[in-house]
Amino acid sequence: MPPHLKHALPKAFWIAGLALVFLLLYAPILSAVLFSFSADRFPSLSMSGFSTKWYAQVLTDRAMLEALSNSLTVAGITALIATALGFAAAYADYRFRFVGQKAVLALALLPPTVPLVILGLAMLAFFSRIGIAGTLAAVVAAHVVIAAPFAMAVCRLRLAQLDETLETAAQNLGALPHSALARIVLPHTLPAILAAFLITFAVSFDEYVISWFTGGLNQTIPVAVLTTLQGQVDPTIHVIGTLSFSVTLTLVLIALAVVLRQSGGAMSKEETS
Amino acid sequence: MTSSAFPARTSGRRFHFLFNRAWQALWVLPLPAWLLLFFAVPLGLLVAISFWSVVNYRLTPDATLSAWRYVLGLDFLWASFWRSYGLSMASAVAISLLAFPASYAMAFVAAPRQRLILLGFAIAPFFTSYLVRIYSWQVFLTEGGVISSVVQALGGKGESLLNTYFALFLGHATLALPVVLILQTIALANVDRTGISAAANLGARPGAILFRIILPAARPGLTLGLLFAFLLSYAEFVSASYLGGGTFQTLPILVTDLVRAGQQWPRAAVVSLLMIASLLVTAFVTVLWAYREKG
Repeated sequence: MPPHLKHALPKAFWIAGLALVFLLLYAPILSAVLFSFSADRFPSLSMSGFSTKWYAQVLTDRAMLEALSNSLTVAGITALIATALGFAAAYADYRFRFVGQKAVLALALLPPTVPLVILGLAMLAFFSRIGIAGTLAAVVAAHVVIAAPFAMAVCRLRLAQLDETLETAAQNLGALPHSALARIVLPHTLPAILAAFLITFAVSFDEYVISWFTGGLNQTIPVAVLTTLQGQVDPTIHVIGTLSFSVTLTLVLIALAVVLRQSGGAMSKEETS
Repeated sequence: MTSSAFPARTSGRRFHFLFNRAWQALWVLPLPAWLLLFFAVPLGLLVAISFWSVVNYRLTPDATLSAWRYVLGLDFLWASFWRSYGLSMASAVAISLLAFPASYAMAFVAAPRQRLILLGFAIAPFFTSYLVRIYSWQVFLTEGGVISSVVQALGGKGESLLNTYFALFLGHATLALPVVLILQTIALANVDRTGISAAANLGARPGAILFRIILPAARPGLTLGLLFAFLLSYAEFVSASYLGGGTFQTLPILVTDLVRAGQQWPRAAVVSLLMIASLLVTAFVTVLWAYREKG
């Protein structure tokens, strides 16, 4: 904080605002965790007791286990492809100057701005024509589209901190392009690649609209939740929520710890000025 | 290509040139190729489908404007369009205002290290099950739910809050708040600190510093936050279905209904394209405003 900055409103006001936002963000998550252990079918504050029976029900439900297996498969393959493509694009943007560079960058940043319901519709139409609608491959192809921009952004952020002349210097000293890449760029970018993998995994693991449109009978966990939501009150949703929160929150927090540790200095001028 | 410094000998110049080109293409091409195939082509197909017709419940390639004429002539569609647009814009403004004190606290009250940790926890929910969080809000908002129980304990009526704009807003905020927080905080944290100090040294009051130095300097980031809140709310259909209870017929719901109920692909395509066009116009105007020169 700059020494001269006196806040227009008392400090307590801003901190209360922060607390309110965090309450809004985490109340539904904490509620899901709490009610996942409720003995009652209907979630209410007057809980009759704690129970793990809903966990037992979810973990022995074949359809749910199959959905989990689908989700893990799709998210794992998506994360691998999206991270590879995202890193390649970030490296290309960092290292080379080529015709249409801005157009490529714009294309790469477009998918997150197109409503998923429209992407789902368009992809279903396309996948039906090429005969892969209703397969997990179709879901992966679609998830890579929405996840790769995240991977590219994370890797590009890290590459921005690497001195551009280092790699050229290595090549001038006789290193082949791939060895300069392997010895200088990759070690520097590795944490971001890891973060990109975790974030794209989380993006895919939680995506439901496109999976719902293109996955056919192959349900992922979020699609199973969506289907359940359309029915009656079901306490198992809280269990699925708690389990998936644990997975994605852990992945994302590790990824963020890695990314923020590196880019913290670049984020704000106050540390540098 | 200007950048490679691959060691070239006279005899192998051409080989090295080709090698460098191939090496470069290996990095440049994969993502655009994937996006062209699985993003641009499907969207192009959607444009084409809007001109196709449905014959005996089967989608048939055609070049007719009938879906466009039909959809654009529906009063009901325009009502949905303006409702969707208005509700999302209202949500975006409300979310931006709600997020601002929190972003300010992270940018100016928290120490740099605390800010990073807070940002991490603020953005993490964005990647966790949105559907389950919406289901949780149902538990909070329904009659006999968490909020109504608390209100009743305090002597109030404790009616259900589902199917209200407040419920819809909560859904939109659940989705968009993390993104708005991160964009606002980065914008505020990057405001030039020397300008703030100079203004303070010259005797500017805290209110004047906020409104005349900080807010104008952070305007692009704050506006982008607003834009993203709008984009996310406009495209979202789970809140409208499960918290709004179908009271708010929005465009994404219309799109899914058209496809599921009547196999009306051309009409759904027209509604989708209308949504994309309105998003692009809104984004263009907003970005232009965010980056316009002062004065």
